[in-house]
Amino acid sequence: MKHLFLTAALAALTTGPAFAGKAFVSNERGNTITVVDTDSWEVITEFPGGNRPRGITVSPDGKKLYVCASDDNIIRVFDTETYEELPSLPSGPDPELFILEPSGKRLYIANEDDNLVTVTDTETRTILAEVPVGVEPEGMGMSPDAKFVVNTSETTNMAHFISTEDYTIKHNILVDQRPRYAQYTADGKRLFVTSEIGGTVSVMDIAEDGTPTVVGKIGFEVPGVQPEWLQPVGAKVTSDGKRLFVALGPANRVAVVDAQSLEVLDYILVGQRVWQLDFTPDEKYLLTTNGNSNDITIIDVAAEKAIKSVQVGQQPWGVVTIE
Amino acid sequence: MNLRLMPLLAALIWCVSAVAVWAVDVKAAVLRIDYPSLLPISRYDLMPEDLGFAGAALGDEDNGTTGSFLGHNFETVTVAVPPEAADEAMDRILDDGVQLIILLASAPDVLRLTDKAAEAGALVFNASAPDTDLRDANCRENLLHIAPSRAMKADAVAQFAVWKKWDEWFLLAGSNPGDVKLGDAYRRAAAKFGAKIVEDRIFEDTGGSRRTDSGHVLVQRQLPLDTQDARDHDVVMAADESDYFGRYLSYHLWSPRPVMGSGGLRPVTIHGAHEAWGATQYQTRFEELTGRYVRPEDYNVWLALRVIGEAVTRANTADPVGVRDYALSDEFELAAFKGQKVTFRDWNGQLRQPILLYDGSITVSVSPQDGFLHQTSPLDTMGLDRAESNCQAFE
Repeated sequence: MKHLFLTAALAALTTGPAFAGKAFVSNERGNTITVVDTDSWEVITEFPGGNRPRGITVSPDGKKLYVCASDDNIIRVFDTETYEELPSLPSGPDPELFILEPSGKRLYIANEDDNLVTVTDTETRTILAEVPVGVEPEGMGMSPDAKFVVNTSETTNMAHFISTEDYTIKHNILVDQRPRYAQYTADGKRLFVTSEIGGTVSVMDIAEDGTPTVVGKIGFEVPGVQPEWLQPVGAKVTSDGKRLFVALGPANRVAVVDAQSLEVLDYILVGQRVWQLDFTPDEKYLLTTNGNSNDITIIDVAAEKAIKSVQVGQQPWGVVTIE
Repeated sequence: MNLRLMPLLAALIWCVSAVAVWAVDVKAAVLRIDYPSLLPISRYDLMPEDLGFAGAALGDEDNGTTGSFLGHNFETVTVAVPPEAADEAMDRILDDGVQLIILLASAPDVLRLTDKAAEAGALVFNASAPDTDLRDANCRENLLHIAPSRAMKADAVAQFAVWKKWDEWFLLAGSNPGDVKLGDAYRRAAAKFGAKIVEDRIFEDTGGSRRTDSGHVLVQRQLPLDTQDARDHDVVMAADESDYFGRYLSYHLWSPRPVMGSGGLRPVTIHGAHEAWGATQYQTRFEELTGRYVRPEDYNVWLALRVIGEAVTRANTADPVGVRDYALSDEFELAAFKGQKVTFRDWNGQLRQPILLYDGSITVSVSPQDGFLHQTSPLDTMGLDRAESNCQAFE
């Protein structure tokens, strides 16, 4: 009996890490991916991620990790369990950010240097389409019904709404200077677009057929911080649509916004030059990449407080989590 | 028909739903006056034939991509002439109906050509002349300045020196008119930020040999003698706009001190190694299009065209008065790879912008420096502020 217990305990120990969640952080300057255990918040490992890894995401089953290797002009693919590199995906030049449709089949990639959004089939590993967009495409958002991909172009200053049916642009919306990120609410009724140099978040209501209407703009103000350093970059909204978190770049803060009234409720101090965000799958924690302090900050979502920071590689850019 | 254009056309048809299509052709011109000049000290500074024009090509391309979603076409003609042909070239541009003109010229020519343009109702962007006077008593209603003034650049350097607590300066100024004015800008900056010029000397331009096979031997012997017996100083400020001694100063001084200004650490609007704030993608776009590194003149011309592009996109105007009004309004803001929006001073038409401090290979620092505060914008700690402006054309 005792023996049986011990075996069970051992089994639990050895399989334990397999059940623990993981966060993958792309380190833009270090050319690596740091893997962090999202229970213990310990670094598990760091492995080569290609040249200038930036955008990072996972397949719906959590088994494949996709990384925009910007300077390699491809999407690198890794096994999330073994960290082994799998065959790459074509991306077009200088991929920066991308979004995977919920089925996991098509990947929509922003090609920063070529004013294109490239659509890649993750199964056949072929390019399905190239959609011309504005200058310096960056942010990529997808409507929950997967009918629209929203791309933001940093120098054109537009959000382009691309139909996933025929890969043509259906709507262009002008936003403030240097739009970086587009994030829909889970019900698909609202879209947030951050503008880094404009210092604002544009808020759009989305009609049944996907048509956007600008309904408001969120501004930021922190006593003692020069307004020009409040630069919205990454953004995430809770699945109940109540809270919007906005990374404010060199202001070293994440803004907490009431996603309905659009009122800014609080600013959470994090590491330096906070860039991108991701929730853990249970939405208990929000992780931030801090490019200048080479760490990630873990925010307790319910408490809206930073609880810990973890040192990662050089110049962390993006983050994605799995269960 | 090129298949890659298909989605673009579709985009043009569909964009009606969100952004009003307002078909317009935006015509601009870049007029560059090529003055006779001596060779630069460094071969790296040889003037490329497409100086400034390359920035126009990129500006047209960037504006054109945005314009493709809105039905706006951008076309910029580029003209390079010797000084004696400048007036005729300006007449031709105006006769062609172009009313948005970017000038790469020295101050007297900028003034004369701007006044000529004013008669035709045209708006001029100054992309090179650094004369503070053009932003002060000699300002013009139809003249906006993209290029920073000597005062802005000197203040940018001065702030860094003061931040370092290197506040005792040895000012070494050249003897040509531009050098003298630049020297004055450093004297003004010292007074403004509380630095002390402990040694103030003129380095006479005697027209000696520049780049000869053994030029460095003479420089190595001569410069220490020219800089000896100076009072104790932290840093040497070089004011050499004509480029005949500033670049030689580092390593050839009597006392080992850092050099700033026209040698050592230089204030620039851009350089080919600037990467911060997304500038890498600007650099790669520029290099792919032109096959060389960007120069400040290219960036200034590009920025002028982006100002026009923003006015067309946001304010639906390509008319000179409309562009000027929008540029000077509170609504105007533009991202320029400097980490914050650039805007215009509404009292003299000068573009507010951060200044890069460049050592010849990297961005060492960016001014304004931490701690230099201003009630309007920290950017207004550099150059002429509203209260001290003698410009009346903007009232």
